[in-house]
Amino acid sequence: MKKKMIFSEFFRNNGVIMGSALMGLVGFWLIFLVILPQLSMLDYSFRFNLPPADVGTAKDVYTLSNYEHLLYGSDKTHATFNTVDLMVFVRTIIAAIMVTLFNIVLCYPLAYFLGQSKGSGLARLLVVLLIIPYWINEILRAFALRIIFGDSGLLNETLMLLHLTKEPIDFIRQDIALYAGLGYAYILLMLFPMYNVIESLDRNQIEAARDMGASWTRIHRRIVIPHAKPGIVSGATMVFMLSAGALAAPQILGGPSSLWFTQLVYQWFNDSLNWQQGAAYAIVLLISTILIVLTVMRIFKVNMGDIGK
Amino acid sequence: MSSGVAVDLENVWIKFGDFVAVREANVNINGGDFFSFLGPSGCGKTTILRAVSGFLEPSDGRVLIGGNNMAGIGPNKRPTALIFQNLALFPLMKIWENISFSMEVAGASAKERRKRADELLDMIALEGQGDKLPSELSGGQKQRVAIARALCANPDVLLLDEPLSALDLKLRQHMRTELREIQQRVGITFIYITHDQGEALTMSDNVAVMKAGVIDQIDNGHEIYDRPATPFVASFVGENNVFRGKISQISGSEAVISSNRSGELRAQITPSQVGKMNVGDDAMMFVRPEALALGESDPASKTTVSAKVLNEEFEGASFSVFLEGDGGKQIKMAMPNLGQKLEGHTGETLSVHYDANNAVVMPAGELASE
Ligand SMILES: Nc1ncnc2c1ncn2[C@@H]1O[C@H](COP(=O)(O)OP(=O)(O)OP(=O)(O)O)[C@@H](O)[C@H]1O
Ligand SMILES: [Mg+2]
Repeated sequence: MKKKMIFSEFFRNNGVIMGSALMGLVGFWLIFLVILPQLSMLDYSFRFNLPPADVGTAKDVYTLSNYEHLLYGSDKTHATFNTVDLMVFVRTIIAAIMVTLFNIVLCYPLAYFLGQSKGSGLARLLVVLLIIPYWINEILRAFALRIIFGDSGLLNETLMLLHLTKEPIDFIRQDIALYAGLGYAYILLMLFPMYNVIESLDRNQIEAARDMGASWTRIHRRIVIPHAKPGIVSGATMVFMLSAGALAAPQILGGPSSLWFTQLVYQWFNDSLNWQQGAAYAIVLLISTILIVLTVMRIFKVNMGDIGK
Repeated sequence: MSSGVAVDLENVWIKFGDFVAVREANVNINGGDFFSFLGPSGCGKTTILRAVSGFLEPSDGRVLIGGNNMAGIGPNKRPTALIFQNLALFPLMKIWENISFSMEVAGASAKERRKRADELLDMIALEGQGDKLPSELSGGQKQRVAIARALCANPDVLLLDEPLSALDLKLRQHMRTELREIQQRVGITFIYITHDQGEALTMSDNVAVMKAGVIDQIDNGHEIYDRPATPFVASFVGENNVFRGKISQISGSEAVISSNRSGELRAQITPSQVGKMNVGDDAMMFVRPEALALGESDPASKTTVSAKVLNEEFEGASFSVFLEGDGGKQIKMAMPNLGQKLEGHTGETLSVHYDANNAVVMPAGELASE
């Protein structure tokens, strides 16, 4: 009933032709760009990797073998686990969580400063300075970081010049470059939702709390953070999802021994040409990250609706 | 409960860069008084309040609370509680948490806080509503919660920044009485800010009238209304008819002004100017619409003006009669509705008179909103 009213109003406001065109575009987007690709991946993940000639024949049946492979590897007896891939998976999830937490800690003070210094020239300049690097392609940015973190890169040169270290530190092998790159890659997606909610916080509330003697920590704990919660969760969701699914940064900045789970997916698709196996891995990653996000939202009592704000 | 703490501003200046928001404010507020700052928007009322509450240090001068100099003492350390123009309730906290926030800060247990919050909720006639969120209350209820929250900290001085401005007329009038009652019950000093003269006059023991950063007059409501000290006060507080001219005669506290368009008019010199005005000075004379009455023309009394009736408005409790004197001088007269018939005078030239005790004269100056 309520739905109907929304739609009729929508058509009244936009006219039938424009309204249908807009609805058609939204529908197209949802169906062809979101739902169908995901469904076809889901379908792939339950099939055998058959030679083209066998596709569609009686041999082309549904199977769980692709998922079994992630759990048990090629061991058909299921006696041992596929520890290599599972470890990569767990490490990817944990690292993505760490990157997200790191981003929250880094962005909160910045967002607070920007949000509370409403529209002052300095704040606006700072925002622009933060955005400009993101006009550059993600891959180029990752390479730039690789150069900075390289053996004879800016960072090592500086450290050695200051005699803080004698030999160059291998940031790449120690994954420091990887985490820095991942942390940097999506930081704006954390900053802006936080900045938006903090900007909407009434300054008088902070002053009222201060008038009643509240310390800075209490003001943040009781007033600013609860108010900013939807923004924090919305930023965290995006950063977590995108970090866990990132490919460029791990490819370029990852050490030789450290694989990111997406790199496994990539290898299945690209190197082994086993799309079915790759799809299964991708689906596992997608579902796990969604479950983690939903759990976190449940714990922090945030609704989907708040995130969309 | 603490009571009777005086607040004094000594020669307070507040500047934002080159802009002077408050100029040389000298105010003595008695302990336990309901004191109002009244003035148009942007005249520096909030700025003064922020200086008293400690969010802002005066550029010059001193703020004393209970005789103690407050310089360098932050808002959290002053015995004041501020109620903000927009109330600033915490929207994500329940009502009882809002009210007892100052106790939470002080480390009181949840049980103690709840108990005190419930007491205060009783006082503001909102018993049993402690578990609601601010968004679930009406404007007037939020208002009362903000007062309870401020009182919870047992402040010596309560500062209220136009707290009624968001309410509709009926509720505003109701809250006036209620605020005054609360103030008398708790017995602490209230400093109230408003641009609504009705509010200031009904509630306050004393009122300071401000104009663009300057305090023009500090007095009780009666004096402000009957003996305004400046043309601004005379025209800002209530309605007034103004006659411009030059002083032609002075005897003690009474003066005659030779008005530009309405002849010689007699009036009392406003108390602060007695002995300071001279014959020939530019002056303004004010007489309230309700102090005018129809009467015989009597130029010798120097308290009559002849004017043509332009139109009459019936306002229920009173009539307003708009007249035009010589040279297009606009005059407004108000008379209580006692069942008399007043219609039908439009176009006639009548004589209007007043009692010289009800008219004030003062040096010419700026009027409000002209
Ligand atoms: N932080 C500030 N920086 C610069 N100017 C300010 C600042 N705060 C206030 N002012 C100026 O000081 C003047 C007085 O402001 P204030 O807020 O005290 O007015 P007000 O009397 O409370 O008005 P209102 O009734 O509209 O609330 C205004 O002209 C305002 O622009
Ligand atoms: Mg104000």
